This record gives sequence, structure tokens and C-alpha cells, in this order.
Amino acid sequence: MTAVVPLRRPGFARIRTAGAPLYLLCLTAVTLLVLAALLAPWLVPADPNAVDLGNALAGPSVGHPFGIDASGRDTLSRLLVGARTSLLGPLGVVAFSTLTGVVVGALAGWRGGWLDSVLSRSTELVFAFPGMLLAILIVSVYGEGLMAPVLALAVAYLPYVSRLTRSLVLAERERPYVSASLVQGQSGFQVCLRHVLPNIAPVVLAQSTINFGYALIDLAGLSFLGLGVPALTPDWGRMVFDGQTAVQEGYPLSAILPCAAIVLTVVAFNVVGEHWADRVARRDR
Amino acid sequence: MSAPVSPALLDTAPVLDIRGLRLRLPRTARPVLDGVDLTVSAGETVALVGESGSGKTLTSRSVLRLLPPGAVAEGRISVAGADVLTLTPRQLRTLRAGTAAMIFQDPRAAINPLRRIGDFLTESLRLNTKTPTAAAEARAGAMLEAVGLPPALLRRYPSQVSGGMLQRVMIAAALMGEPALLLADEATTALDVISQAEIVALLADLRTRFGTGLLFVTHDLGLAAALSDRVCVMYAGRIVESAPAGALFARPRHPYTAALLAATPRLDAPQGRLDAIEGQPPDLRTELTGCPFAPRCASATDVCFERTPAADAVPGDPAHLVSCHHGDRLEGSTGHA
Repeated sequence: MTAVVPLRRPGFARIRTAGAPLYLLCLTAVTLLVLAALLAPWLVPADPNAVDLGNALAGPSVGHPFGIDASGRDTLSRLLVGARTSLLGPLGVVAFSTLTGVVVGALAGWRGGWLDSVLSRSTELVFAFPGMLLAILIVSVYGEGLMAPVLALAVAYLPYVSRLTRSLVLAERERPYVSASLVQGQSGFQVCLRHVLPNIAPVVLAQSTINFGYALIDLAGLSFLGLGVPALTPDWGRMVFDGQTAVQEGYPLSAILPCAAIVLTVVAFNVVGEHWADRVARRDR
Repeated sequence: MSAPVSPALLDTAPVLDIRGLRLRLPRTARPVLDGVDLTVSAGETVALVGESGSGKTLTSRSVLRLLPPGAVAEGRISVAGADVLTLTPRQLRTLRAGTAAMIFQDPRAAINPLRRIGDFLTESLRLNTKTPTAAAEARAGAMLEAVGLPPALLRRYPSQVSGGMLQRVMIAAALMGEPALLLADEATTALDVISQAEIVALLADLRTRFGTGLLFVTHDLGLAAALSDRVCVMYAGRIVESAPAGALFARPRHPYTAALLAATPRLDAPQGRLDAIEGQPPDLRTELTGCPFAPRCASATDVCFERTPAADAVPGDPAHLVSCHHGDRLEGSTGHA
């Protein structure tokens, strides 16, 4: 017990990057994106909504590194501020769908019986209904704003999380430590909350990270259609839509950049999520 | 086999009293447990032996009402006076947290690998009796010392200690609630021989120190002989023979017990091939009439296939019960002949 162990800072031991340069790259991209979104108000070179029609569709310059869009607004500023809505939306979707999905899945898996049937069948009903369509429906009822599409997509993503959680809980509840904890006098609820859920959390969180990318695409698609995000709020999906005229004029930069931002973010989140999921799956059980 | 508790108390207060326990599982033609009678007195060690599927683990799990889904139990199980099968969930949790504790077969699997050993030991106390963390940890440290481990282990994770040490941790956890009854379900099966011997010595020592009744489930006859005061032999969900350990191993009365003893490898008497018991234990999907062992029994007669034998005391030895129509046939035989 007194063996000499090499000193290692525990915080960095968790990021095992050996042999995974792509993961490291994507993790850096995710970190930079989140930082950019958080610090956007202090980073922007110009007011993202200031209109300078005389300079509309101007190319990159010192004052406007990424040029100006068809309405005369600075593209870089809109990208940076747009990162906030574009990341906040999927975050809401993931947070809400993970929380409710875990509750539903854990209830179904832990209690079983008729409750399992009711919960599983009703979440499968949501599967049958396209998430985008559900979101469009809800947005058209509740009008614009980020809340309605986020809630709608959260409901659409809930079955993925709940189904995963249910199967994990079903596998976990058969492990002997669950009986051992029950025999120590803990209630089923306590065992589920204190042992089972923490033990399955890494898998669920990895899945949620992957869901983040999908939710971002869906939300960008919705705002491209003009649904959800209010017209003047900078948002990547909205920027692609606004950029259509610029593309027709032959200056595609203001449309291509938000497209690239969306693709880059989705890929980065997916790679990071997949890497985490792989690591959890390989973990000694 | 010294009993630390006075004989008078032994007679009056069994910590575990199972009467006519029948357990039915879904999709089986007959009860998995069929009229099990079993008592464990305070400070007594009772071994429950039998082959795989004979129902010994289910019996010990029933004592804490840890039943498989869909199981229906009849009969009476009383643990220190409480009727386990009729307790409310809250009363059952109190019983599990205090009066009775269980030691599992594989400590590696029975302890949550992601929590510290200290969490595992103190959790029940903290949750059920609202003991402050510091007090619970002090008690956990004391219990670790009682099973021969350093209290420093509290800060470690299960993967950092050996299997034998982990089984000691399991026993320490079982002792946390000062149980009157300890159920050891194949507690030494997953361990190597050296750790096995240590755990058995520890259990015997704890029995004398704490006066705990111990129900020791095993398929290891040698272990049962070494550790227990009384041995109950199970076959197809019934206890076919129960007797003080010495009497059972010296003079088995049930053909199944005799066959089991004959099938035990022995180092001191090389005898070539082991006598395996012919045939298979009865299938749970078929009905049973008569004695469950009759199809495999050499001394079976017509009556064995027609009537189920009742548990009768052997003449001259009221503590020796045997469920066999021909219990007298083996009279004079010795187990290791």
C-alpha cells in the first residue's frame, strides 16, 4: 500500500487523448465554440444588427473580416452572437429530453409491469410522429420564440433517451449489488436513485452529447424555415436563409459561413459524444 | 461445536423459524420450495446443503423476502418473532437493515463498484437510522477491525482490494446493523481455498463473539461439516434430512445424503472413481408424486412413487429428522463406507 505511484493530476487523467487526434481536435473545437458563444458580446467587432446598406455584400476587409451580408450587417458579429442561440437551443432540447427521458425510462425499467407497458408504448407513439413536423405544429400554434421549438424537439428526442435508459436500468437491476443494497434495508427508490442512475449516467450523457448535434441540425432547419427564432435575432439557420439573396447575387460568403459553422459544430459534438460512448462501452464492468 | 448462548435460550427463541414454506414460480408445474421446515437458534450455525437448483438459495432469499418476480410464497417465516411474509415494506426495510443480514456469493458483484467501501458500509445506517456520517464511519471502521481489516480501507474502492478482503468487507457490512441472524449464501464459493478457510474461521469466531445465528448455504459438504452445528440436506425443494452435523456425516439415513457423501472426493481414502448419482434431479416443469428422489434411488419401492414421505425422527435420536419411507434401511451404514 506504500508503493510509489507517479504523480498525476487527476483532472487531466480523464482526458485520454493518446491515439485520438480527431477527438482532441473536436474537443478543442467544442471548447472554442462554447467560449465564443459565452464571450460573444465582448468579442464582436460590430453591432450584429447595425445595418450599413451602402456596404451590402462587401467582401472581407479589416473592419469586417468575414464581409457583410445582403442587408448590410457584419457577418462575423452575427456568427458570434448567433452561436449563442444556436447552442442554447440544442442545450435546452438535450437538458429537457435527458431529464424527462431518464425519469420515464427509469420508471419503466425499474417498476416494470403495466407502468412499463404504458410508458414504453406512449413514447413509441412519439417515434411514429416526425420530430420536425411536431415542432412545426407547435411553433405554428405558439408563435415565434425559442421556447416552443425547443420543447417540441425535446418531446421528439425523449423516446431515444427513455428507451436507452430503460434498457440500461433493466440490465443494471439484475446485478447482484442491487439485491445486496435492498437486503441492507434500502428502499427500491433509494437503490435506483443512489446506485443505478449514477452507474448508468455516463452512457446516457454520451448519448445526450450525440443528440446535441442532431438537435442543432433540427433547430437550424426550423429557423431556416423561419420558424422559432425571431426574425432579427442572429441565428445560424436564419443566416443561411438570409444568405439566399447573397448567393443569387454571386456573393455566397454570408451563407456559406453559417453552414460551415453548423456542420463543424455537429461533427465536433458527434465525435466527442461517440468517443465518450466508446470509452464507456469499453470500461471494465 | 460450543454454543455461546445458554441451552434454555436456544430452545425457546429461534432467530429463524420457517414452517411449511412453499414457493411457487410462474411457469412451473410444482412449487420450487415444497414445505420447507427450518429453524436456526441464536448462536447456532445451520448449514443448508444440496445440489444446484435444489432451492437452498431461494430458501435463504425468502428469509429476507428477496423473491424473484412473480413468486408466490405460502407458509410462515419468522425472523426474531417477525412474520417476514406479512410485513409492510417499511417494517421489511427495518428488518433487513437490522435484524437479519445476508452475505452474498460473489463480493465483487454484490458491491457497487463505483462507490467507496466506506459508502457501502455506512449507507444503510445513514439512510435507515439517520446516524450522522461521522458516527456511521466510526462504526464502520470498528466493524472492519472486527473482521481483521484496517479502517483505512474505508477510503478505497472495491476494485482496489482482493476478493477475500472484499468478502470480509461484505461481512462487516452485514454486521453493521447488529443482526441476530446472518444468512451466508455460498459465501465462500467465489474465493480460493486459503481465503475460504479464513472466511470460515472468521464466521465461526463472529458467531461466538456476537451470538449471531448463522444459516450457511453451501454445496460444499466438507465446509458444512467443519462449520455447522446442524446440517439440513435439500433435494428438489424439500429438506430430506436434517441432523446434528456429526450424526449426519457419520450415520446418514436418507439415501440421497448417503449418495452425496459417497460422491464427495476424499483425500485420506483413495478410492478410484467417484460414485456419481445416476440420473437427473426432477424437472420443475413436471408434476411430482411420491418421493422426489425415488427415480434415482437404489432402495426405492412402490410406496416411494406413490406417497410423499413425511419427516420422521430417527428412533433414539429426536434431533435427526429424515423424510424417507426406508430410513431404517441405512441403519448401521456409515457415510464414508
